[in-house]
Amino acid sequence: MGGRKPRLPIPEEELLAPGHRACAGCGSALCVRLCLKALGKNTIVVTSTGCIEVTTTPYPETAWKVPWIHVAFENAAAVASGVERALKALGKDDVTVAVFAGDGGTVDIGFQALSGMVERGHNVVYICYDNEAYMNTGVQRSGATPPYAATTTTPAGKVWRGEMRPKKDVPRIMVDHGVPYVATACVSFPQDLIKKVKKAKKVDGPAYVHVLCPCPPGWGYDSSETIEIGELAVETGMWVLYEVEDGEFRLTYRPKERKPVEEYLKRQKRFQHLTEDEIEEIQRMVDEQWEELEKLAEK
Amino acid sequence: MGETEYTIGAVVREPGSTRRNKTGRWRVFRPVLDEEKCVGCAKCFMFCPDGCIRPTEDGFEIDYDYCKGCGICSKVCPTDAIEMVMEEEAE
Ligand SMILES: Cc1ncc(C[n+]2csc(CCOP(=O)(O)OP(=O)(O)O)c2C)c(N)n1
Ligand code: SF4
Ligand code: SF4
Ligand SMILES: [Mg+2]
Repeated sequence: MGGRKPRLPIPEEELLAPGHRACAGCGSALCVRLCLKALGKNTIVVTSTGCIEVTTTPYPETAWKVPWIHVAFENAAAVASGVERALKALGKDDVTVAVFAGDGGTVDIGFQALSGMVERGHNVVYICYDNEAYMNTGVQRSGATPPYAATTTTPAGKVWRGEMRPKKDVPRIMVDHGVPYVATACVSFPQDLIKKVKKAKKVDGPAYVHVLCPCPPGWGYDSSETIEIGELAVETGMWVLYEVEDGEFRLTYRPKERKPVEEYLKRQKRFQHLTEDEIEEIQRMVDEQWEELEKLAEK
Repeated sequence: MGETEYTIGAVVREPGSTRRNKTGRWRVFRPVLDEEKCVGCAKCFMFCPDGCIRPTEDGFEIDYDYCKGCGICSKVCPTDAIEMVMEEEAE
Protein backbone atom coordinates (compact mmCIF):
# COMPACT_ATOMS: atom_id res chain seq x y z
CA MET A 1 0.00 0.00 0.00
CA GLY A 2 1.71 3.26 -0.73
CA GLY A 3 1.31 6.12 1.70
CA ARG A 4 -2.40 6.37 2.36
CA LYS A 5 -4.46 5.66 5.44
CA PRO A 6 -6.63 2.59 4.81
CA ARG A 7 -10.38 3.02 4.68
CA LEU A 8 -12.00 0.84 7.35
CA PRO A 9 -15.31 -0.90 6.60
CA ILE A 10 -16.12 -1.14 10.33
CA PRO A 11 -15.59 1.30 13.27
CA GLU A 12 -11.98 1.64 14.41
CA GLU A 13 -12.42 2.01 18.15
CA GLU A 14 -11.63 -1.14 20.17
CA LEU A 15 -13.75 -1.59 23.30
CA LEU A 16 -12.31 -5.01 24.12
CA ALA A 17 -8.66 -4.79 25.14
CA PRO A 18 -6.12 -7.42 24.11
CA GLY A 19 -4.47 -9.61 26.73
CA HIS A 20 -7.68 -11.59 27.29
CA ARG A 21 -7.24 -15.35 27.61
CA ALA A 22 -9.55 -16.59 24.85
CA CYS A 23 -7.87 -19.30 22.76
CA ALA A 24 -5.96 -18.22 19.66
CA GLY A 25 -8.49 -17.87 16.84
CA CYS A 26 -11.56 -17.73 19.13
CA GLY A 27 -14.72 -16.90 17.16
CA SER A 28 -16.56 -15.86 20.32
CA ALA A 29 -13.94 -13.25 21.27
CA LEU A 30 -14.14 -11.91 17.72
CA CYS A 31 -17.92 -11.74 18.09
CA VAL A 32 -17.65 -9.60 21.23
CA ARG A 33 -15.00 -7.34 19.67
CA LEU A 34 -17.18 -6.73 16.59
CA CYS A 35 -20.48 -6.30 18.45
CA LEU A 36 -18.95 -3.73 20.82
CA LYS A 37 -18.00 -1.65 17.77
CA ALA A 38 -21.70 -1.58 16.88
CA LEU A 39 -22.96 -0.96 20.43
CA GLY A 40 -20.52 1.88 21.18
CA LYS A 41 -19.00 3.23 24.36
CA ASN A 42 -22.25 4.19 26.06
CA THR A 43 -23.16 0.59 26.84
CA ILE A 44 -23.46 -1.52 29.98
CA VAL A 45 -22.74 -5.19 29.37
CA VAL A 46 -23.99 -8.22 31.29
CA THR A 47 -22.31 -11.57 30.66
CA SER A 48 -23.29 -15.06 31.78
CA THR A 49 -20.70 -17.56 33.01
CA GLY A 50 -18.78 -19.15 30.16
CA CYS A 51 -15.71 -18.73 27.99
CA ILE A 52 -16.22 -15.02 27.38
CA GLU A 53 -16.73 -14.22 31.06
CA VAL A 54 -13.80 -16.35 32.21
CA THR A 55 -11.31 -15.28 29.53
CA THR A 56 -12.04 -11.54 29.65
CA THR A 57 -12.11 -11.05 33.42
CA PRO A 58 -9.39 -12.97 35.26
CA TYR A 59 -9.51 -11.08 38.58
CA PRO A 60 -8.20 -8.42 39.14
CA GLU A 61 -8.10 -7.67 35.41
CA THR A 62 -10.76 -6.93 32.82
CA ALA A 63 -10.57 -6.67 29.04
CA TRP A 64 -13.75 -4.58 28.91
CA LYS A 65 -13.62 -0.84 28.30
CA VAL A 66 -17.33 -0.45 29.04
CA PRO A 67 -19.07 -1.09 32.39
CA TRP A 68 -19.55 -4.82 32.71
CA ILE A 69 -21.25 -7.14 35.22
CA HIS A 70 -21.32 -10.89 35.73
CA VAL A 71 -23.52 -12.60 38.32
CA ALA A 72 -24.10 -16.24 37.41
CA PHE A 73 -24.57 -18.72 34.59
CA GLU A 74 -28.36 -18.71 34.43
CA ASN A 75 -29.41 -15.13 34.97
CA ALA A 76 -27.80 -12.70 32.51
CA ALA A 77 -31.23 -11.67 31.20
CA ALA A 78 -32.58 -11.12 34.73
CA VAL A 79 -29.54 -9.00 35.66
CA ALA A 80 -29.89 -7.00 32.43
CA SER A 81 -33.58 -6.45 33.23
CA GLY A 82 -32.58 -4.96 36.59
CA VAL A 83 -29.86 -2.77 35.09
CA GLU A 84 -32.30 -1.47 32.47
CA ARG A 85 -34.98 -0.66 35.09
CA ALA A 86 -32.41 1.07 37.33
CA LEU A 87 -31.29 3.28 34.42
CA LYS A 88 -34.92 4.10 33.70
CA ALA A 89 -35.51 5.07 37.33
CA LEU A 90 -32.47 7.35 37.13
CA GLY A 91 -33.80 8.93 33.94
CA LYS A 92 -30.79 7.80 31.89
CA ASP A 93 -32.34 6.92 28.58
CA ASP A 94 -29.22 7.18 26.40
CA VAL A 95 -27.43 4.10 27.75
CA THR A 96 -27.63 0.78 25.89
CA VAL A 97 -27.90 -2.40 27.96
CA ALA A 98 -26.50 -5.48 26.23
CA VAL A 99 -26.07 -9.14 27.14
CA PHE A 100 -23.40 -11.49 25.84
CA ALA A 101 -24.34 -15.04 26.77
CA GLY A 102 -23.18 -18.40 25.47
CA ASP A 103 -25.46 -20.96 23.89
CA GLY A 104 -25.64 -22.94 27.14
CA GLY A 105 -26.37 -19.74 29.05
CA THR A 106 -29.10 -18.88 26.55
CA VAL A 107 -30.87 -21.92 25.15
CA ASP A 108 -30.57 -24.11 28.26
CA ILE A 109 -30.00 -22.78 31.76
CA GLY A 110 -30.66 -19.08 31.05
CA PHE A 111 -33.74 -19.66 28.95
CA GLN A 112 -36.42 -18.83 31.53
CA ALA A 113 -34.63 -15.60 32.46
CA LEU A 114 -34.51 -14.69 28.75
CA SER A 115 -38.16 -15.59 28.23
CA GLY A 116 -39.15 -13.42 31.20
CA MET A 117 -36.99 -10.52 30.03
CA VAL A 118 -38.56 -10.39 26.58
CA GLU A 119 -42.06 -10.99 27.96
CA ARG A 120 -41.65 -7.95 30.21
CA GLY A 121 -40.38 -6.02 27.22
CA HIS A 122 -37.09 -4.77 28.65
CA ASN A 123 -35.06 -2.54 26.37
CA VAL A 124 -32.05 -4.87 26.11
CA VAL A 125 -29.90 -6.09 23.21
CA TYR A 126 -29.43 -9.79 23.92
CA ILE A 127 -26.56 -11.38 21.98
CA CYS A 128 -26.12 -15.14 22.12
CA TYR A 129 -22.62 -16.12 21.05
CA ASP A 130 -23.18 -19.67 19.90
CA ASN A 131 -20.14 -21.96 19.85
CA GLU A 132 -22.52 -24.93 19.94
CA ALA A 133 -21.50 -26.47 23.27
CA TYR A 134 -20.47 -25.75 26.87
CA MET A 135 -16.92 -24.90 25.89
CA ASN A 136 -15.64 -23.33 29.09
CA THR A 137 -16.15 -26.53 31.04
CA GLY A 138 -14.76 -28.84 28.34
CA VAL A 139 -17.11 -29.22 25.37
CA GLN A 140 -20.28 -30.70 26.86
CA ARG A 141 -23.33 -30.72 24.59
CA SER A 142 -25.94 -27.97 24.86
CA GLY A 143 -29.39 -27.59 23.32
CA ALA A 144 -27.62 -25.69 20.53
CA THR A 145 -25.23 -28.51 19.62
CA PRO A 146 -26.10 -29.59 16.07
CA PRO A 147 -27.17 -33.18 15.23
CA TYR A 148 -24.32 -35.69 14.96
CA ALA A 149 -21.69 -33.43 16.54
CA ALA A 150 -19.45 -35.35 18.92
CA THR A 151 -18.92 -33.66 22.29
CA THR A 152 -17.51 -35.04 25.55
CA THR A 153 -21.06 -35.91 26.70
CA THR A 154 -22.19 -37.12 23.27
CA PRO A 155 -19.19 -39.13 22.13
CA ALA A 156 -19.50 -41.02 18.87
CA GLY A 157 -19.74 -44.78 19.22
CA LYS A 158 -21.74 -47.64 17.74
CA VAL A 159 -25.08 -46.70 19.33
CA TRP A 160 -24.79 -42.97 19.92
CA ARG A 161 -23.50 -41.20 16.86
CA GLY A 162 -22.73 -37.91 18.58
CA GLU A 163 -25.57 -35.49 19.42
CA MET A 164 -28.85 -37.21 18.58
CA ARG A 165 -31.28 -34.29 19.00
CA PRO A 166 -32.05 -31.34 16.74
CA LYS A 167 -30.49 -27.93 17.37
CA LYS A 168 -32.94 -25.94 19.48
CA ASP A 169 -34.17 -23.04 17.37
CA VAL A 170 -34.11 -20.19 19.86
CA PRO A 171 -34.23 -17.37 17.27
CA ARG A 172 -37.56 -18.80 16.12
CA ILE A 173 -38.76 -19.10 19.73
CA MET A 174 -37.86 -15.43 20.18
CA VAL A 175 -39.94 -14.55 17.10
CA ASP A 176 -42.83 -16.48 18.64
CA HIS A 177 -42.36 -14.48 21.85
CA GLY A 178 -43.13 -11.39 19.79
CA VAL A 179 -39.63 -9.93 20.08
CA PRO A 180 -39.61 -6.89 17.72
CA TYR A 181 -36.13 -7.57 16.30
CA VAL A 182 -34.60 -11.03 15.93
CA ALA A 183 -31.57 -11.80 13.77
CA THR A 184 -29.04 -14.53 13.11
CA ALA A 185 -25.44 -13.74 12.18
CA CYS A 186 -21.97 -15.22 11.94
CA VAL A 187 -18.56 -13.74 12.75
CA SER A 188 -17.40 -14.55 9.22
CA PHE A 189 -19.79 -11.82 7.97
CA PRO A 190 -18.72 -8.88 10.16
CA GLN A 191 -20.46 -6.08 8.27
CA ASP A 192 -23.76 -7.98 8.34
CA LEU A 193 -23.28 -8.66 12.06
CA ILE A 194 -22.53 -5.02 12.86
CA LYS A 195 -25.50 -3.81 10.84
CA LYS A 196 -27.81 -6.15 12.73
CA VAL A 197 -26.48 -5.18 16.17
CA LYS A 198 -26.92 -1.50 15.24
CA LYS A 199 -30.54 -2.22 14.30
CA ALA A 200 -31.02 -4.16 17.54
CA LYS A 201 -29.68 -1.19 19.48
CA LYS A 202 -32.23 1.17 17.91
CA VAL A 203 -35.22 -1.00 18.87
CA ASP A 204 -37.27 0.31 21.77
CA GLY A 205 -37.76 -2.98 23.55
CA PRO A 206 -36.00 -6.34 23.50
CA ALA A 207 -33.85 -7.42 20.57
CA TYR A 208 -32.22 -10.81 20.08
CA VAL A 209 -29.17 -11.55 17.90
CA HIS A 210 -27.90 -15.13 17.64
CA VAL A 211 -24.32 -15.33 16.35
CA LEU A 212 -22.59 -18.50 15.15
CA CYS A 213 -19.03 -18.44 16.53
CA PRO A 214 -16.66 -21.24 15.43
CA CYS A 215 -14.43 -22.60 18.22
CA PRO A 216 -11.09 -24.18 17.19
CA PRO A 217 -10.58 -26.61 20.13
CA GLY A 218 -14.27 -27.46 20.58
CA TRP A 219 -15.02 -28.12 16.91
CA GLY A 220 -11.59 -29.50 16.07
CA TYR A 221 -9.89 -27.42 13.38
CA ASP A 222 -6.78 -25.22 13.14
CA SER A 223 -7.03 -21.77 14.77
CA SER A 224 -6.35 -20.05 11.43
CA GLU A 225 -9.55 -21.48 9.88
CA THR A 226 -12.23 -19.82 12.06
CA ILE A 227 -13.43 -17.43 9.35
CA GLU A 228 -13.42 -20.09 6.62
CA ILE A 229 -15.38 -22.53 8.79
CA GLY A 230 -18.03 -19.87 9.52
CA GLU A 231 -18.23 -19.04 5.81
CA LEU A 232 -18.73 -22.72 4.98
CA ALA A 233 -21.51 -22.98 7.59
CA VAL A 234 -23.36 -20.24 5.73
CA GLU A 235 -22.44 -21.29 2.19
CA THR A 236 -23.70 -24.84 2.84
CA GLY A 237 -26.90 -23.65 4.49
CA MET A 238 -25.99 -25.29 7.81
CA TRP A 239 -26.38 -21.76 9.23
CA VAL A 240 -28.75 -19.24 7.68
CA LEU A 241 -28.42 -15.47 7.93
CA TYR A 242 -31.76 -13.71 8.37
CA GLU A 243 -33.60 -11.07 10.33
CA VAL A 244 -37.19 -10.73 11.51
CA GLU A 245 -38.37 -7.16 12.01
CA ASP A 246 -41.78 -6.84 13.65
CA GLY A 247 -42.60 -10.36 12.50
CA GLU A 248 -41.40 -9.79 8.93
CA PHE A 249 -38.87 -12.41 7.83
CA ARG A 250 -36.02 -11.53 5.47
CA LEU A 251 -33.04 -13.58 4.30
CA THR A 252 -30.06 -11.23 4.52
CA TYR A 253 -27.70 -13.50 2.59
CA ARG A 254 -28.44 -16.09 -0.03
CA PRO A 255 -25.58 -18.35 -1.17
CA LYS A 256 -25.25 -18.21 -4.98
CA GLU A 257 -25.22 -21.98 -5.05
CA ARG A 258 -25.43 -23.91 -1.79
CA LYS A 259 -22.32 -26.05 -1.26
CA PRO A 260 -22.74 -29.70 -0.15
CA VAL A 261 -22.79 -29.92 3.67
CA GLU A 262 -19.91 -32.38 3.45
CA GLU A 263 -17.56 -29.48 2.68
CA TYR A 264 -18.37 -28.01 6.09
CA LEU A 265 -18.53 -31.28 8.03
CA LYS A 266 -15.32 -32.87 6.79
CA ARG A 267 -13.25 -29.93 8.00
CA GLN A 268 -14.12 -30.53 11.69
CA LYS A 269 -13.08 -33.24 14.09
CA ARG A 270 -16.50 -33.29 15.79
CA PHE A 271 -18.01 -34.70 12.56
CA GLN A 272 -15.16 -37.04 11.58
CA HIS A 273 -17.10 -40.21 12.53
CA LEU A 274 -19.94 -39.60 10.07
CA THR A 275 -20.80 -42.23 7.46
CA GLU A 276 -21.93 -41.32 3.95
CA ASP A 277 -25.53 -42.12 4.92
CA GLU A 278 -25.35 -39.83 7.91
CA ILE A 279 -23.93 -37.00 5.83
CA GLU A 280 -26.77 -37.54 3.36
CA GLU A 281 -29.28 -37.35 6.21
CA ILE A 282 -27.82 -34.02 7.34
CA GLN A 283 -27.97 -32.80 3.72
CA ARG A 284 -31.68 -33.71 3.61
CA MET A 285 -32.35 -31.88 6.88
CA VAL A 286 -30.59 -28.78 5.57
CA ASP A 287 -32.46 -28.95 2.24
CA GLU A 288 -35.78 -29.20 4.06
CA GLN A 289 -34.96 -26.33 6.38
CA TRP A 290 -33.87 -24.22 3.44
CA GLU A 291 -37.10 -24.90 1.59
CA GLU A 292 -39.08 -23.86 4.63
CA LEU A 293 -37.14 -20.64 4.96
CA GLU A 294 -37.53 -19.89 1.25
CA LYS A 295 -41.30 -20.14 1.72
CA LEU A 296 -41.13 -17.78 4.69
CA ALA A 297 -39.06 -15.34 2.64
CA GLU A 298 -41.64 -15.37 -0.18
CA LYS A 299 -44.53 -14.43 2.10
CA MET B 1 -1.94 -14.36 45.72
CA GLY B 2 -0.62 -12.30 48.64
CA GLU B 3 -0.37 -9.07 46.65
CA THR B 4 -3.92 -9.11 45.27
CA GLU B 5 -6.36 -6.59 46.70
CA TYR B 6 -9.83 -8.10 47.05
CA THR B 7 -12.57 -5.54 46.53
CA ILE B 8 -16.15 -5.89 47.71
CA GLY B 9 -18.17 -7.50 44.92
CA ALA B 10 -14.89 -8.27 43.10
CA VAL B 11 -15.12 -4.83 41.47
CA VAL B 12 -12.32 -4.12 38.99
CA ARG B 13 -11.67 -0.41 38.52
CA GLU B 14 -9.24 -0.39 35.59
CA PRO B 15 -10.91 -0.82 32.18
CA GLY B 16 -8.85 -2.80 29.66
CA SER B 17 -6.39 -3.99 32.32
CA THR B 18 -5.84 -7.35 30.65
CA ARG B 19 -3.22 -5.35 28.72
CA ARG B 20 -0.93 -6.28 31.60
CA ASN B 21 -0.98 -9.83 30.22
CA LYS B 22 1.16 -9.94 27.09
CA THR B 23 -0.39 -12.82 25.17
CA GLY B 24 2.30 -12.43 22.48
CA ARG B 25 4.28 -15.03 24.40
CA TRP B 26 1.73 -17.68 23.36
CA ARG B 27 2.82 -17.32 19.75
CA VAL B 28 4.48 -20.14 17.81
CA PHE B 29 4.12 -18.60 14.34
CA ARG B 30 4.46 -14.87 13.73
CA PRO B 31 2.40 -13.06 11.08
CA VAL B 32 4.74 -10.92 8.99
CA LEU B 33 3.12 -8.27 6.80
CA ASP B 34 4.60 -7.42 3.40
CA GLU B 35 3.61 -3.77 2.90
CA GLU B 36 4.31 -3.99 -0.83
CA LYS B 37 1.62 -6.64 -1.28
CA CYS B 38 -0.97 -5.04 1.02
CA VAL B 39 -3.87 -3.40 -0.84
CA GLY B 40 -5.46 -1.96 2.31
CA CYS B 41 -8.66 -4.04 2.21
CA ALA B 42 -8.69 -4.21 6.05
CA LYS B 43 -9.80 -7.85 6.21
CA CYS B 44 -6.99 -8.68 8.67
CA PHE B 45 -8.08 -5.75 10.84
CA MET B 46 -11.70 -6.91 10.79
CA PHE B 47 -11.08 -10.55 11.62
CA CYS B 48 -8.34 -10.53 14.29
CA PRO B 49 -10.06 -11.81 17.47
CA ASP B 50 -7.52 -9.97 19.59
CA GLY B 51 -7.66 -6.57 17.93
CA CYS B 52 -3.92 -6.76 17.23
CA ILE B 53 -3.98 -5.23 13.75
CA ARG B 54 -4.14 -1.46 13.82
CA PRO B 55 -4.46 1.01 10.96
CA THR B 56 -1.58 3.47 10.59
CA GLU B 57 -1.11 6.55 8.39
CA ASP B 58 -0.08 4.35 5.47
CA GLY B 59 -1.22 0.79 6.09
CA PHE B 60 -1.47 -1.60 9.00
CA GLU B 61 0.77 -2.68 11.85
CA ILE B 62 0.64 -5.84 13.96
CA ASP B 63 0.94 -5.61 17.74
CA TYR B 64 3.32 -8.46 18.62
CA ASP B 65 2.89 -7.80 22.35
CA TYR B 66 -0.54 -9.44 22.16
CA CYS B 67 -0.78 -11.34 18.82
CA LYS B 68 -1.36 -15.02 19.68
CA GLY B 69 -0.29 -16.23 16.23
CA CYS B 70 -3.65 -17.80 15.37
CA GLY B 71 -3.03 -17.27 11.64
CA ILE B 72 -6.49 -15.87 10.82
CA CYS B 73 -5.09 -12.64 9.31
CA SER B 74 -2.81 -14.63 7.03
CA LYS B 75 -5.69 -16.88 5.90
CA VAL B 76 -8.14 -14.05 5.12
CA CYS B 77 -5.65 -11.82 3.26
CA PRO B 78 -6.65 -11.86 -0.44
CA THR B 79 -3.15 -10.97 -1.68
CA ASP B 80 -1.15 -13.30 0.60
CA ALA B 81 0.56 -10.28 2.11
CA ILE B 82 0.79 -11.88 5.57
CA GLU B 83 3.12 -14.83 5.97
CA MET B 84 3.24 -16.99 9.10
CA VAL B 85 6.90 -17.49 10.07
CA MET B 86 8.26 -19.68 12.89
CA GLU B 87 8.84 -17.35 15.82
CA GLU B 88 12.53 -18.13 16.32
CA GLU B 89 13.19 -17.68 12.58
CA ALA B 90 11.39 -14.32 12.55
CA GLU B 91 13.73 -12.58 15.02
C1 LIG C 1 -25.52 -23.13 37.89
C2 LIG C 1 -24.24 -23.47 37.23
N1 LIG C 1 -24.08 -24.70 36.68
C3 LIG C 1 -22.94 -25.02 36.09
C4 LIG C 1 -21.90 -24.12 36.02
C5 LIG C 1 -20.59 -24.51 35.36
N2 LIG C 1 -20.41 -23.85 34.10
C6 LIG C 1 -19.73 -22.71 33.96
S1 LIG C 1 -19.64 -22.14 32.38
C7 LIG C 1 -20.48 -23.49 31.83
C8 LIG C 1 -20.74 -23.68 30.36
C9 LIG C 1 -21.04 -22.45 29.60
O1 LIG C 1 -21.47 -22.80 28.32
P1 LIG C 1 -21.97 -21.68 27.32
O2 LIG C 1 -23.01 -20.85 27.93
O3 LIG C 1 -22.30 -22.33 26.04
O4 LIG C 1 -20.69 -20.74 27.15
P2 LIG C 1 -19.25 -21.14 26.54
O5 LIG C 1 -18.39 -21.57 27.69
O6 LIG C 1 -19.46 -22.20 25.54
O7 LIG C 1 -18.74 -19.86 25.95
C10 LIG C 1 -20.85 -24.34 32.89
C11 LIG C 1 -21.56 -25.60 32.74
C12 LIG C 1 -22.09 -22.84 36.62
N3 LIG C 1 -21.15 -21.90 36.58
N4 LIG C 1 -23.27 -22.56 37.23
S1 SF4 D 1 -12.84 -22.91 24.00
FE1 SF4 D 1 -13.67 -22.02 22.10
S2 SF4 D 1 -15.10 -20.40 22.74
FE2 SF4 D 1 -13.81 -20.94 24.51
S3 SF4 D 1 -12.13 -19.43 24.46
FE3 SF4 D 1 -11.44 -21.26 23.34
S4 SF4 D 1 -11.97 -20.88 21.19
FE4 SF4 D 1 -13.11 -19.42 22.45
S1 SF4 E 1 -2.07 -14.09 13.93
FE1 SF4 E 1 -4.14 -13.96 14.88
S2 SF4 E 1 -3.79 -12.76 16.75
FE2 SF4 E 1 -2.01 -12.41 15.44
S3 SF4 E 1 -2.50 -10.54 14.30
FE3 SF4 E 1 -3.11 -12.31 13.00
S4 SF4 E 1 -5.28 -12.59 13.48
FE4 SF4 E 1 -4.43 -11.32 15.14
MG1 LIG F 1 -21.13 -22.42 24.31
